[in-house]
Amino acid sequence: MTPSAEIDRIFRDEAGRALATLIRLVGDFDLAEEALQDAFAVALARWPACEMPDNPRAWLVNVARNKAIDRIRRQATFRGKQQQLVHELELDARADDDPPAMLDDDMLRLIFTCCHPALAAEVQVALTLRTVCGLSTAQVARAFLVGEEAMAQRLVRARQKIRLAGIPYEVPERDALEPRLNGALAVIYLVFTEGYVATSGADLMRPDLAVEAIRLGRLLDRLIPGRAEIKGLLALMLLHDARRAGRETGAGDIVLLEEQDRALWDRAQIEEGLGLVEAALRVPGRPQPYAVQAAIAALHARAPGWAQTDWPQIAGLYEVLLRISPSPVIELNHAAAVSMVDGPARALDLVNAIAARGGLDGYELLPAVRADLLRRLGRTQEARQAYVAATAATQLEPLRRLYARRLAELGV
Amino acid sequence: MQYLLLIYRNEAELSKMTATNREKMSAEYGAFTQSIIQSGNFKAGDGLQPTTTATTVRVRDGKILTTDGPFAETREQLGGYYLVEARDLDAAIAMAARIPGAREGSIEVRPIMIYK
Repeated sequence: MTPSAEIDRIFRDEAGRALATLIRLVGDFDLAEEALQDAFAVALARWPACEMPDNPRAWLVNVARNKAIDRIRRQATFRGKQQQLVHELELDARADDDPPAMLDDDMLRLIFTCCHPALAAEVQVALTLRTVCGLSTAQVARAFLVGEEAMAQRLVRARQKIRLAGIPYEVPERDALEPRLNGALAVIYLVFTEGYVATSGADLMRPDLAVEAIRLGRLLDRLIPGRAEIKGLLALMLLHDARRAGRETGAGDIVLLEEQDRALWDRAQIEEGLGLVEAALRVPGRPQPYAVQAAIAALHARAPGWAQTDWPQIAGLYEVLLRISPSPVIELNHAAAVSMVDGPARALDLVNAIAARGGLDGYELLPAVRADLLRRLGRTQEARQAYVAATAATQLEPLRRLYARRLAELGV
Repeated sequence: MQYLLLIYRNEAELSKMTATNREKMSAEYGAFTQSIIQSGNFKAGDGLQPTTTATTVRVRDGKILTTDGPFAETREQLGGYYLVEARDLDAAIAMAARIPGAREGSIEVRPIMIYK
């Protein structure tokens, strides 16, 4: 690894942790962020020429803390406020080397602040990617398909709101933890799903986002051990992501689950996921939606092939999901599983019922599932219409090509 | 920090409320107000007359223009407020959630600007 690539990697790995600690020390998101950027600049200038510090994170935090004090001093000279100097002294007193438990708490505080429900869901995702994962503003902008300038503005406004509205930098207390944890997990899952099937664009997957989401899931599982919903989500992400190599051709075309070469699946990752599913299901209490979804993914991962998959159990698990967290998307997935147990005719009835209720208007996979069922029933003309509707509903190029292939196969 | 908790609710629905329910609501407001006075969070709070009594004032080219009614017609109207002292946004949100009007209407939580 070249020195600059090595430095890049360290920045990337340590940014979240260093920032989390700095925010606690200086008590201000913006100031911590600016000071850390200063410290990165110093590191870039110094590290290539001499030896790297043994503990780069501690080095970065110390340099950034001093940079923060410089910034406070500059402000203090024109504001002339004694309060600032008191704050500065506190900063010195609290900058001792922190025990690991404190660092973990800092990281949790940062995650819960970025995922605070007072911020819009999209902003929570962007802020988490930028501050917890340490992605650059340009990278976050790419993930949202917006310009870098627009994303920078959005992040500035978010940090402003944290400061001005008094969003606390702390782990929620016991009775508030559950809803807030679910909010944080939803953010992580949003990051993952965007990486797993992109909303639009030329590429089906954005593996970098999926990897970030898994990293966050691992982190939360380590910081708050023994929670079924965290283990379940981590298992779900690992099991889905394990199929990555089988999900597209070299040319970037989609390979559906039924046609995938299962030898391409990442066995080690599947084993890890299976272990986590079992751990999640063993936690006492009512079943957690992520854990049940992971159990479904586990059945796919264990099956030697599409035909040998345990479809009755998958359909049954979707019924469990419909009881504990009902949604039209789960209903649609349930219908697809039912098609493998009771045949496409019964599944089509279910899908038509969902469509009639209008809960999935505009959901792009609804016409795709209908089209597949109609195709299997030999109702070619209707299948064609449904594939045309599915094509119009998606912004993702590989999906459009898949539907075009199906249309070509249908002839007519 | 100080927060202004703005209470929005649908006036049309409120005017249809029965006398019993109105009394119940006002008792609930009384209890809530007492509780935040005792906890030391209360700074100020008032109910407002309905928007049918509102007048909107603008000055354009030095001339005072007055119009009948609120600035904007919306589904929910401002009906009252509390000014509270709270440790942080979470504490303010918890207080806002206890305002009786939050169950039918909605509470906007706005931090008070600090001039340095």
